[in-house]
Amino acid sequence: MIPIARSSVLRAARSQIYAARTLTSPASLARLLSTLAVLEQRDGKLQGSYASAIAAAQKLGGPVTAFLAGSGVKGTSAAEAAKIKGLDKVIAVENDAYEKGLPENYAPMLLENIKTGDFTHIIAPHSAFGKSLLPRVAALLDVQQISDITAIESEDTFVRPIYAGNAILTVQSSDKVKVITVRGTAFQGVELEGGSAEIVDGVDTNAPAQTEWVSEELTKSERPDLATASRVVSGGRGLKSKEEFDRVMLPLADALGAAIGASRAAVDSGFADNSLQVGQTGKNVAPELYLCAGISGAIQHLAGMKDSKVIAAINKDPEAPIFQVADVGLVGDLFDKVPELTEKVKSA
Amino acid sequence: MASGLRILVPVKRVIDYAVKPRINKAQTGVETAGVKHSLNPFDELSIEEAVRLRERKGPLKVENILALSAGGPKTPDVLRTAMAMGADRAFHIDVGDSADGGPEPLTVAKMLKAVVEKENINLVLLGKQAIDGDQGQTGQMLAGLLGWPQATQASKVDVKDEAGTVEITHEVDGGVETLRAKLPLVITTDLRLNEPRYASLPNIMKAKKKPLEKKTLADLGVEDTRRLKTLKVTEPPARTGGGKVEDVDGLVSKLKELGAL
Repeated sequence: MIPIARSSVLRAARSQIYAARTLTSPASLARLLSTLAVLEQRDGKLQGSYASAIAAAQKLGGPVTAFLAGSGVKGTSAAEAAKIKGLDKVIAVENDAYEKGLPENYAPMLLENIKTGDFTHIIAPHSAFGKSLLPRVAALLDVQQISDITAIESEDTFVRPIYAGNAILTVQSSDKVKVITVRGTAFQGVELEGGSAEIVDGVDTNAPAQTEWVSEELTKSERPDLATASRVVSGGRGLKSKEEFDRVMLPLADALGAAIGASRAAVDSGFADNSLQVGQTGKNVAPELYLCAGISGAIQHLAGMKDSKVIAAINKDPEAPIFQVADVGLVGDLFDKVPELTEKVKSA
Repeated sequence: MASGLRILVPVKRVIDYAVKPRINKAQTGVETAGVKHSLNPFDELSIEEAVRLRERKGPLKVENILALSAGGPKTPDVLRTAMAMGADRAFHIDVGDSADGGPEPLTVAKMLKAVVEKENINLVLLGKQAIDGDQGQTGQMLAGLLGWPQATQASKVDVKDEAGTVEITHEVDGGVETLRAKLPLVITTDLRLNEPRYASLPNIMKAKKKPLEKKTLADLGVEDTRRLKTLKVTEPPARTGGGKVEDVDGLVSKLKELGAL
């Protein structure tokens, strides 16, 4: 009786151990979570909302590796990235061929680095660079990408806006590797100093470039970058011409230390550069203050700015939809009100 | 090498851009029944560009323009529109109606790859994003699967020579960039590319006689697997206006009160 009982106790104990082992496996899986944050760099400098990719990666938990490629990046942008607090390491691929971020050769190279590092999550900012590169990588990995996420619920569940931000979708991915682009304004709080991650060489596949970079025309500006500015001053169709746009809006932006934005109508009419367009198909901004004049507030425009902390609007039409979202609205002629506001901000 | 342009223009039927979408009671998607639908605005630009490439009489003649759409029973409506604008023929890939916007971009890209290979396409013009899912992936995925060069968010497309060299100006953060690539090529279109024409009544009548073939994903050897599961679709947090002020002084003091100045 007793030996039998003992053996059954033993067996029970053993099965307990096995059970415990199987139970620990999801936890060990979670521990295997490992994220690669693909950072954009140009001329040795980190670009745009690169920090949002790292912030999102840190939110997932697990080690975070930063990834960079371009001309001589190890001494420049990779060194800059290595200082970011909380990074496991920085993978750098030094080759002039990747400097312009052309997806045709960048994607296969990134793919090899993803496979070599056995990463479970690949994150890039939802910038022109990320938007052009990451879907190509996802297709090569046979993975369905999740674009422009605004929140992370768990390692496989993400939140993203659809229909120009008029609906919020929560999706769960069944892919082995999660390929994600993140909305810059939704992920913040990375400490850019204090880290000392090791910089290691990545795999260089030397894939041929099928596209040749010819030239670029970038708008030079001393003003803060639109996507990351804490204040944005934005103008619409009501400005009537480029001359008026510059005459009325620029002094206000300067007085506030704000970036300049524009509605699609203003951009299409040539009042402002395309790259300043705020909205569903332009940039998404979420500054402390979004001050707009002569913008009616179409669905597509609201999509790009309604997460701003404080929205102020000046418009002569009291029925303009912008007043339904503005924290403070002023009905009046912007050609009178904006210069007056500029003076009062200056003297304040 | 490239004797002419054989263009594929994938299009999508989406809720009209001017309609504010409503979320269904079960929180599984957006209400689509009885809601005005139209051609995705970016896809109109792709069709227009294909037709203009034909009209421009560049170094490479446009041999044919194939419009394609995957969707439910009403999909032929948008394909007829595409043909009225100038596409020569159309494929309707019947995937049935679904509340979640149809097959995922990866599946669509695989489907397009099969069509590209079967129809000997050498230029694919897609919209940069569909205004329902806002994913902006299909063109890049297709280029990746085919191993072709890609140019996203194009604002100018210029066919340079008979060898199929194409220069594309495209929109990037902070400005524009110009790229040069050789056919075969995938291009996604941005708003600044062109101004789509209206289909005239005679062209709408003519489009009814143009060939429209119905196919299935299985015909193309593609399965409609879904990698992403919709857990829920909800309303965004509502923002309510904070009211109006009388004058600029009121504006300044309200902004100070809100801590924005």
